[in-house]
Amino acid sequence: MSTAGPHFSIPSRLLHWLMAVLLLAMLFIGAGMAATVSDRYSLLLSIHRPLGIAILILVMLRFANRLISPPPPLPDTLPPIQRLAAHASHLLLYALMFIMPLVGWGMLSAGGYPIVLYGPWHLPPILPQDAELYAVLRQSHTVLAYLLFATFLAHLAAALFHGLIRRDGVLESMASLAVEK
Amino acid sequence: MPNNAQDPTSAPAKLSAAATVLRLGLIGVVVLVSAGAFAYVGGWLSPDRLTQERMIAGFEAVNGPHPGFRRNHAKGICATGWFDSSGKAASLSKAAVFAPGRVPVVGRIAFAGGMPFIPDETATVRSLALRFLPAGAEEWRTGMIDLPVFPVASAQAFYDQMLASKPDPTTGKPDPAKMQAFAAAHPEFVAAIGIIKDRPVASGFANTKYNALHVFRLVNAAGEVTPVRWSTVPVDAFAAAGPAPASAGKNYMFDALIAEVAEHPVRWRLMITVGQPSDPTNPTLPWPADRQQVEAGVVTIDKLSSEDDGGPCIDVNYDPTVLPPGIELSDDPILSARSSAYSRSFTLREGEKGEKPPSAVTPQEVRGGGKS
Repeated sequence: MSTAGPHFSIPSRLLHWLMAVLLLAMLFIGAGMAATVSDRYSLLLSIHRPLGIAILILVMLRFANRLISPPPPLPDTLPPIQRLAAHASHLLLYALMFIMPLVGWGMLSAGGYPIVLYGPWHLPPILPQDAELYAVLRQSHTVLAYLLFATFLAHLAAALFHGLIRRDGVLESMASLAVEK
Repeated sequence: MPNNAQDPTSAPAKLSAAATVLRLGLIGVVVLVSAGAFAYVGGWLSPDRLTQERMIAGFEAVNGPHPGFRRNHAKGICATGWFDSSGKAASLSKAAVFAPGRVPVVGRIAFAGGMPFIPDETATVRSLALRFLPAGAEEWRTGMIDLPVFPVASAQAFYDQMLASKPDPTTGKPDPAKMQAFAAAHPEFVAAIGIIKDRPVASGFANTKYNALHVFRLVNAAGEVTPVRWSTVPVDAFAAAGPAPASAGKNYMFDALIAEVAEHPVRWRLMITVGQPSDPTNPTLPWPADRQQVEAGVVTIDKLSSEDDGGPCIDVNYDPTVLPPGIELSDDPILSARSSAYSRSFTLREGEKGEKPPSAVTPQEVRGGGKS
């Protein structure tokens, strides 16, 4: 694919790290607000909705960016099973980052809630109001969030495995601050 | 960790076995700490934390399992009509609902508590929930009860009081020792109960005053913020509650309301109490009686329907934090507690549609004008 070098492009790295921060914040906010009756609930909820939509926009930018500047190839020395795991986990991460905000948006639509981003900024419903659909989507939102967090842990462990054990340049291809392409 | 980006084509120096184990251990620790932090935030490491799940489990422990019903305010009927805004509150709030004009309303009239088949009694707390739906503007939901103040000031106190007042299975009554212990630890509860006991109790749903209890912040077009509380004051004349008639059915108060609405619409004036910045947001504390009152408009209910008759309130979560621009939350912690617990209750009951037994107030009863 490319012989250009070991790094992701600068836009790719920026998008990756920005989304890493937002996504982790989102997962912790979500887990925290679903488990509290304290006065933090309303505050967390008011952050959760616009943050989810921000992630949805960013993940679409990321799809486009990936087409424009494809990632550097994995090292040839990587065993096929790890190569498969890498591709499968990345696919799963992308799918979940895209689906989670849509499930959240759809769930609020089906539950008949106004979809408030901030103040007068609202989104239209994307599904008809439907009780059973709401219940299914609300449960899915939780299950998919756990799956996303588990996939993140696997991603984190794999990145550290590349950086600390294999030392094959894969971690540096994303974690580098180098400006060259 | 190497400091320089490596040339991926050159193999790195081989790690010793000890170094490999150490590094694998480090990766394990990082993953475990991340997972642990997530578990902590999600409440799995704190079994004593009052979560939404535990709050709702508390309702089910006290009231029994009632799949498909609201975990609180379980016995109720849908009520629809409209709100005629006087425009007098428009100077306090930019919310579209306060501009002069008429706005459709979808409401619910209910008894507080998690028992969907409890026989009607004037001593049971009554509630009026309203959803204002201005055309082309944001909706507003509010849930009000007929108490002048809320008995507790925190979600934890609400939960503790609910469990303390759970009837003992042997005596059928709450254990007085538990209630005394709760009261001793919550002086604000004792003071609030004193106010609640002194309130006038009306004979029916239609001549009852319902109070939002919480403080909200109205924001007008100029950005000025006013702390307020609101109530719906009945147009029907007050009549004190008496003993239930000998012939009273289990739904006699709902039946009286149904009979009245069959004859004429029932009305409440929406009164906004204008607070001072120093007025408490603690819902157990009343505001001084001399605060200015603004009549924002009149709520008219002209149609009732059973929850089993496709009533328009069934799939509505009357979450008091669903507010349009121009109405904002205060720091009253009960607002978040209600919003979060209602959300859990809503998710559960919406998933239990197939298991829900018929509601106490049947479609025949409502259509027949209230005679069961």
